[in-house]
Amino acid sequence: MIHSATHHPGFLSPTGVEITFLLVGLATLGAAVVTVTTRQLVHAALWLVVALGGIAVEYLLLTAEFIAWVQVLIYVGSVVVLLLFGLMLTKAPIGHSPDADSENRWVALAVALAAAGTLVWVVADAFRSTWIDVHHGTGQSATKVTGSSLFRFWVLPFEALSVLLLAALVGAIVLSRRRADVLPPAPDGSTAPHGKDR
Amino acid sequence: MHLVYPAVLASLLFCVGLYGVLARRNAILVLMSVELMLNAVNLNLVAFDTWLHDRLHSGQALTLFTITIAAAEIGIGLAIVLLVHRNRGTADIDRLTGLADPGQPLALPGPPEPGAASGHDEKAEATA
Repeated sequence: MIHSATHHPGFLSPTGVEITFLLVGLATLGAAVVTVTTRQLVHAALWLVVALGGIAVEYLLLTAEFIAWVQVLIYVGSVVVLLLFGLMLTKAPIGHSPDADSENRWVALAVALAAAGTLVWVVADAFRSTWIDVHHGTGQSATKVTGSSLFRFWVLPFEALSVLLLAALVGAIVLSRRRADVLPPAPDGSTAPHGKDR
Repeated sequence: MHLVYPAVLASLLFCVGLYGVLARRNAILVLMSVELMLNAVNLNLVAFDTWLHDRLHSGQALTLFTITIAAAEIGIGLAIVLLVHRNRGTADIDRLTGLADPGQPLALPGPPEPGAASGHDEKAEATA
């Protein structure tokens, strides 16, 4: 345990945590770039698993272990599975699909590069001499503190969020339910939004 | 740990997600890029929570809220994409132009000059 509150850590003396963070961050960033550039749709979902798992490891390095496991459970466990099911249900091509990107790819690249340059410049300039004391442990688990504050100070947003989640669930069910009473009674003429666009 | 590492990583992840949202054609890939952007925000929240040594860990509580909202968003978004795919037969957001301006593909609107174009005569006859 290092109590390094007095001496100033330098740029050129990275600690082990920093090196680990940097390597995992590079892997995460690479996986994210492959996710948005690959032409195989299922591979994009699988690389998204790598990116989200890398972010979970970064949470662990930032001593937020509860968030890390929530990340693994919800994102890697359910969101990616949901995305894979969505890819299957929309009959996405399994192999190489050349039209995965739209024509305005270069405009998007320019916008993203400009945003990246601006954000990195501002952030690096603002937090140039700021250090996180990762070893500032009070001996108490962060999970315990997070839980007690969640149910003591954040209990009203927590309950509102559960209502929101219920509403989203009901909305998803209503949206994806096949309406048997609307579609069959129009056998000859297609309805207006059908024949217009396809 | 230097605070620049998580902050710069979060910025770069956000911009990768931004590129994906703008450049992808399939709607599900757009949703994946939105997830990347939300994760960048979460990484910022956790990093600043650790930096400030918040006694109540408000950053981590807000991260939990963001994760929950992202889960709700992906559920609703996938339901909408499936509904669109069932109705229109495609999930490509380029082809969903049902609400587009119908005069857009001509790209030559021009100011209507009185008595100059012969094409206006047909229209005048049609309206007369």
